[in-house]
Amino acid sequence: MEKQIVCINCPLGCRITVTMDGNEITKIEGNTCKRGENYARQEVLSPVRVITAVLPVEGSSVPVSVKTAAPVPKNKIFECMSEMSKANLKAPIHMGDVIVPNILGTGVNVVATKSVE
Amino acid sequence: MAAYGIDVDILIVGAGPAGLAAAVAAKEAGIDNLVILEREDHPGGILRQCIHNGFGLHRYNEELTGPEYAQRDIDRAEALGIDIRCGTTVLSVEADHTVTAVSTSRGLETYKAKAIILAMGCRERPRGALGIPGSRCAGIYTAGTAQKFVNLEGFMPGKKIVILGSGDIGLIMARRMTLQGAKVLACVELMPYSSGLKRNIVQCLDDYGIPLYLSHTVIDIEGGERLTGVTVAKVDEHRMPIPGSEIHFDCDTLLLSVGLIPENELSNQAGLEISPFTSGPVVNDVFESSVPGIFACGNVLHVHDLVDYVSQESTEAGKAAAEYIHRESFDGKNVQVMDGNGVRGTVPQKILLNEEKKVNLMFRPSGVFEKAQAVVMQGDTVLVKKRAQIFTPGEMVVIPLDTTKLSGEEPIRVSIEKV
Amino acid sequence: MQKKVLIIGAGVIGCAIARGLSRYQIDLTVLERGHDVCEGASKANSGIVHAGFDAKPGTMKARLNVEGSQQYEAFCRELGVPYSQPGALVLAFSDDEMKTVQELYQQGIENGVKELSVLNAEEVLALEPNVNKEIKGALLAKTSGLVSPYELTYALADHAAVNGAHFIFNQEVRSIEKIDNGFTVKTQDNQYETDIVINCSGVSSAILHNQLSDDKREIIYRRGQYWLLDHDVNKLFTMTMFQCPTKMGKGVLVSPTVHGNILLGPTAEDIPDSQDTNTTAEGLANVLNTAKKTWPGINTRTGITSFSGIRAHEKNGDFIIGQVEGVSGAYETVGIESPGLTSAPAISALLVGIIEKNEQLTPKDDFKPAVPLPKPFNEMNDDERRQAIAENPLNGKLICRCEVVTEAEIRAAIRRPVGATSIDGVKRRTRAGMGRCQGGFCSPRVAEIISEELGIPMTEVTKSGNSSKLLVGKLEDSFAEV
Repeated sequence: MEKQIVCINCPLGCRITVTMDGNEITKIEGNTCKRGENYARQEVLSPVRVITAVLPVEGSSVPVSVKTAAPVPKNKIFECMSEMSKANLKAPIHMGDVIVPNILGTGVNVVATKSVE
Repeated sequence: MAAYGIDVDILIVGAGPAGLAAAVAAKEAGIDNLVILEREDHPGGILRQCIHNGFGLHRYNEELTGPEYAQRDIDRAEALGIDIRCGTTVLSVEADHTVTAVSTSRGLETYKAKAIILAMGCRERPRGALGIPGSRCAGIYTAGTAQKFVNLEGFMPGKKIVILGSGDIGLIMARRMTLQGAKVLACVELMPYSSGLKRNIVQCLDDYGIPLYLSHTVIDIEGGERLTGVTVAKVDEHRMPIPGSEIHFDCDTLLLSVGLIPENELSNQAGLEISPFTSGPVVNDVFESSVPGIFACGNVLHVHDLVDYVSQESTEAGKAAAEYIHRESFDGKNVQVMDGNGVRGTVPQKILLNEEKKVNLMFRPSGVFEKAQAVVMQGDTVLVKKRAQIFTPGEMVVIPLDTTKLSGEEPIRVSIEKV
Repeated sequence: MQKKVLIIGAGVIGCAIARGLSRYQIDLTVLERGHDVCEGASKANSGIVHAGFDAKPGTMKARLNVEGSQQYEAFCRELGVPYSQPGALVLAFSDDEMKTVQELYQQGIENGVKELSVLNAEEVLALEPNVNKEIKGALLAKTSGLVSPYELTYALADHAAVNGAHFIFNQEVRSIEKIDNGFTVKTQDNQYETDIVINCSGVSSAILHNQLSDDKREIIYRRGQYWLLDHDVNKLFTMTMFQCPTKMGKGVLVSPTVHGNILLGPTAEDIPDSQDTNTTAEGLANVLNTAKKTWPGINTRTGITSFSGIRAHEKNGDFIIGQVEGVSGAYETVGIESPGLTSAPAISALLVGIIEKNEQLTPKDDFKPAVPLPKPFNEMNDDERRQAIAENPLNGKLICRCEVVTEAEIRAAIRRPVGATSIDGVKRRTRAGMGRCQGGFCSPRVAEIISEELGIPMTEVTKSGNSSKLLVGKLEDSFAEV
């Protein structure tokens, strides 16, 4: 099986083809540098993303912006959004506060990226 | 006027990343009588609404969100006791360094500054500038206005969205709206390439299966009161719509991400020379404009791709403004910097020949160039070359130039050529 | 019992007549299809107060244009509405067009227009150096003026409202029926009984006329598209530049506006739908191409918006003003297109005079004079600004940076007698959002202020009334659907 990846490391945007045998990578081609190879490997085996969002805060007219403190599996993005929307938040909140600990058991905390008084 | 005059050493217009970095640098260079005027009620500038991550990779070697990046500068400024006057709108800047500003708490104030640093940032190009025909209904926003509604105020501007322009803010908003439950039907780009970062194309469009239509544009906007649809067509090499290529989208919102323009109303008033290529002031390598003692940095000078470069440039501008106060001028011979093939709007436009130093030449390529090199020449002499696999308009090119290589006052020319 | 008077249409004509009638002891109501005053042709035209050389001698248009033009300065001053009189040129690019210019000169003299002269090419270029160098000569009309048509209309509506006129919006009149001693006027969801009805319904004026009269009228919907360019520190043109007129109208002009922008347009396209104010690619291109003849150095880099308006062109080409023939108690202004804005003071004076006489109206003892609008913050000097902030600190809070509009001004616009209820209403009353960023920065804040002032949720704030909502919901509600 082949998977196509567009590399994001530089504007070149190499189209990298990763050939798989089951869960094993047998060939990576199309990249022009080592960073591309590493990226393609990561994207094929376990793609991850940092999620950012804003959540309503009780008692405040402005919402709080949040992020996952580390990347989470890409296929859990929407589930994470849904999960973090259930948080009942009250002001004050400080930048860095944990909003949702260990979201969906990923071991990653959702933290505030701004303070809301 | 003297009765109302407030004497300051350095006055900075704008407390976004540029103004904050400039203030911190000036303060660290020994200028204590310094004030930043900021029209919003909070410092931080546009980063406050850029809640996504990816800021600070160069400066901090980590990926911060916009508010986090801004907060680091705010904390630094506050630790140094820098006077940031929020809710204060500058109404005019004069060439004689008089600045008039208003606020609810202090009324109208007139400042007299030894040096001024302009750091007003940029604004988005609106629909009107494009002349897109059709209805003038509700539901058409610049990407940044939508971003403000969503990220700072917690409102959804629409549910079914088409984005015109593939600038980074538009791409970021495509993902943002999708995560928030909206359906982004298409991102439409007039040019045959995106002006956004590759990373954003992949992570904001491809990740969510949002199609990017290159060489397409919106040719009609429908809707009586609220937008109900747009018509998109492919364009030819003259960017004219090709009959028969129309695609119709039912949508309630059109977001525009069609370019950023340095916000130079105050610069114009002050009589600064403005570059038609950057739409920002013409500056020398210490970021001093054509009016002595008035400096400019950040997106008001030229639109950057990364905030890291804004901070870097603004730090230099802050230091230079401080130095200007100590030495009272940057007079002297200089070398003009010209745009050559494939290059648009190199900053700075002049290099002072006052001392040996490294100057960063920054510009946007005027198109996509693969396997090419940026070359800086003085006459027939090559001063510096920088090779790259690709140059695109979406990413600023920075070329460090060692001024010891300059010989005489003959202009230098920056261009991109094939290798 | 006071007589009930119902005006249909709150454009510049309806509002001028409402204001004129508000000095009498009557029960005055104005019905408007739009969500605000000035939502039809009155808001989307050239904003020129024409000198009066265009109209054929002996027509209502000629007479009322010249009268209106002479009354304009005082009319605007009383209401505190910006007006200027920079003059106009009708440019000739050929010997044939020079003949037309001479004819216009003669026609103007016959119409009673003052301060007309014919200039040669050098004289034109000395006055307007950005005009096409191919110029042969021009008609100079020094009495040609500029006004902001919506600011004028809002001021007229306010003055009428202060004197007791009721404005009812979102009322589209479907029919007028003559009943004993009056009329029944039906809208999409309501009906009104009135003693006197006045049809000032612009593009709809013939339809309503025809319901009362067998002498049928026909309005042709003539769309005009415009480009608006940003104001610039360097004034490109000081006067209004016309090209020689055609049978479709005065042609494409290049003109400063009263606020210093440059306006290009209009096109003249006869269209089937009276509400189709869409702009088209062809129309906008046509404006640019035609305007290029006047101004070869044209560039749209400073373009900030484009728009269109529909002129109500009566087939016979003249204004129809007076009592509907044979129907006592019914009055009308039909076919009010250019120079309708210019003629507004004279049209209202004429019709109000007829109604006063026919209906034997009695003046009020307590008629309140107009309170001129305060000077905009943008136009104040430093001392005036200091004073304004001292009086209301919210004048120190700039909401629209492009046009220098303060929070105090935006709140005041919403609190006016006929106040703004939408983003566009605020925009046209204060200019917030009219500048180069087109509301990119200020519209979220303006929406908040509207929400606070009107006591409605943010999600109910509209761009221009009805279903033109800015926002579709709150973020927390959209999460649930993920």
